[in-house]
Amino acid sequence: MLINRNGIWSIYRTEMARTMRTVWQSVATPVITTALYFIVFGGAIGSRMQSVGGVGYGAFIVPGLIMLTILTQSISNGSIGIYFPKFTGTIFEILSAPLSGFEAVVAYVGAAATKSVVIGLIILLTATFFVQVQILHPVWMVSFLLLTSIAFSLFGFIIGIWAKNFEQLAIIPSLVVTPLTFLGGAFYSIDMLPQPWQTISLFNPVVYLVSGFRWSFYGVGDVSVAASLGFTMGFMAACLVLLWWMFKTGYRLKP
Amino acid sequence: MPSILSISALEKHYKSGLTALGGVDLEVERGEIFALLGPNGAGKTTLISIVCGTVTKTSGTVLVNGRDIEKDFRATRTTIGLVPQEIAIDIFATVWATVNFSRGLFGRAPDPVYIEQLLRDLSLWEKRNSKIIELSGGMKRRVMIAKALSHEPELLFLDEPTAGVDVNLRRDMWAMVRKLRDKGVTIVLTTHYIEEAQEMADRVGVIDKGRIRLVEKTAALMQQLGKRRLTLMLKRPMATIPAELAEWPLELQAEGNQLVYTFKADAEGTGIPALLRRLGELDIDFKDLDTERSSLEDIFVSLVERT
Repeated sequence: MLINRNGIWSIYRTEMARTMRTVWQSVATPVITTALYFIVFGGAIGSRMQSVGGVGYGAFIVPGLIMLTILTQSISNGSIGIYFPKFTGTIFEILSAPLSGFEAVVAYVGAAATKSVVIGLIILLTATFFVQVQILHPVWMVSFLLLTSIAFSLFGFIIGIWAKNFEQLAIIPSLVVTPLTFLGGAFYSIDMLPQPWQTISLFNPVVYLVSGFRWSFYGVGDVSVAASLGFTMGFMAACLVLLWWMFKTGYRLKP
Repeated sequence: MPSILSISALEKHYKSGLTALGGVDLEVERGEIFALLGPNGAGKTTLISIVCGTVTKTSGTVLVNGRDIEKDFRATRTTIGLVPQEIAIDIFATVWATVNFSRGLFGRAPDPVYIEQLLRDLSLWEKRNSKIIELSGGMKRRVMIAKALSHEPELLFLDEPTAGVDVNLRRDMWAMVRKLRDKGVTIVLTTHYIEEAQEMADRVGVIDKGRIRLVEKTAALMQQLGKRRLTLMLKRPMATIPAELAEWPLELQAEGNQLVYTFKADAEGTGIPALLRRLGELDIDFKDLDTERSSLEDIFVSLVERT
């Protein structure tokens, strides 16, 4: 047995089944939230705003909204997936199985990312009921969607291993990720900001994600596509290295 | 063929500074039931957790079927099943789902026929579609066993299998363990119930303070267990045992106030009536007498206290 395919598949399927148990909550929440954003920002406020870079405001926020949901969903799915077994003690079975750390990551992160991608696509579908959405580079759009989902599910997985309680589990998403996403250009183009905020924004990783994703829709972005892609890949690589270390040392997994 | 489990110089020091295992050497033979007996905190759980891969060892070697548990973890873990002390199962999953999950996790292809038989053997078949949260404590424990056996392990670890379990389930578990052994599964169980080790095990290992104090065939221990003692409280203390009493293995204790006779309980005749007659002839009076049976518990206590 070189790769424990049955093991990976078992975890993946069980994780997806867990999602299906709460499928209405999982799907309804992002759909309702997105619809509200479109009513408030797209309909009420957007009608009084000029277009951004030649794109109507309602349509302009679509990629940002999808990214916002993908980030929060990926982190929460990725972290719960591994934190919950730790919390209930069922992790012993995963640790005692003939499964490498990498295989465990593929299974858990794969399931978390799958859920994010599905929700991202549902939001995209919801958006088309409210605004005219155009996708200039569909292949890139899907690639960014996949890469971001995977990268942030990995990040969530790290938080899930690191967290010792539910408070820690929630602290990074609410204190770090949400502010970064709101300031990451989901609802505006960063050149709408006065200096020095424009320059400061360039240090916000979410800017690169939203920008690349928006480029795949409308062909315009705040930063170059290469920078967006490079950042996403770099972030993913950093998460993988950290996870490799965590499994190697048994960090907060094995005493 | 190498022994199924071979442990040498195994040490585990936790970051807290606690030494859970201070150099353990142990061989478990294929097909036996081995009981690891020790008080709470002796290192029993740490020992099996290391073999199963849920705790990282500090130093030493652990081989399963002659293969290193770290370098060759896929091969070794595939052959191991673990029933931990605490019940830990996804409470929203069904019995059927969670047992099949375990089989897959351990790399085995689905085998509904085997799983059905397993659930029937453990009286879980009727409950296969129930969620874990709906089951009683005893049923949950059976599910834990089913999960551990789902991938057909050769070596099964039972960590305190009957702690907090009622008499019926305990009997059932003992029967099940024997059945598994008959099928060729090697079983290592930890317990602090001496009765359990006595009832179940082919061999007993006593562990205390992170060290193995004794490994012995249960039958051999039972021979020592068969010893009985008769203590006579004498009216007048004696300085020496008279030559007339030389045919009995006697000892003087409590400054000559007690005469102690150790004998085999299963021997034909105990020698007590003859001894008492001879004492009468010698005019040695006693005011009281007491008999006691040495138990595995005594052996255990004396081993644990000596350290």
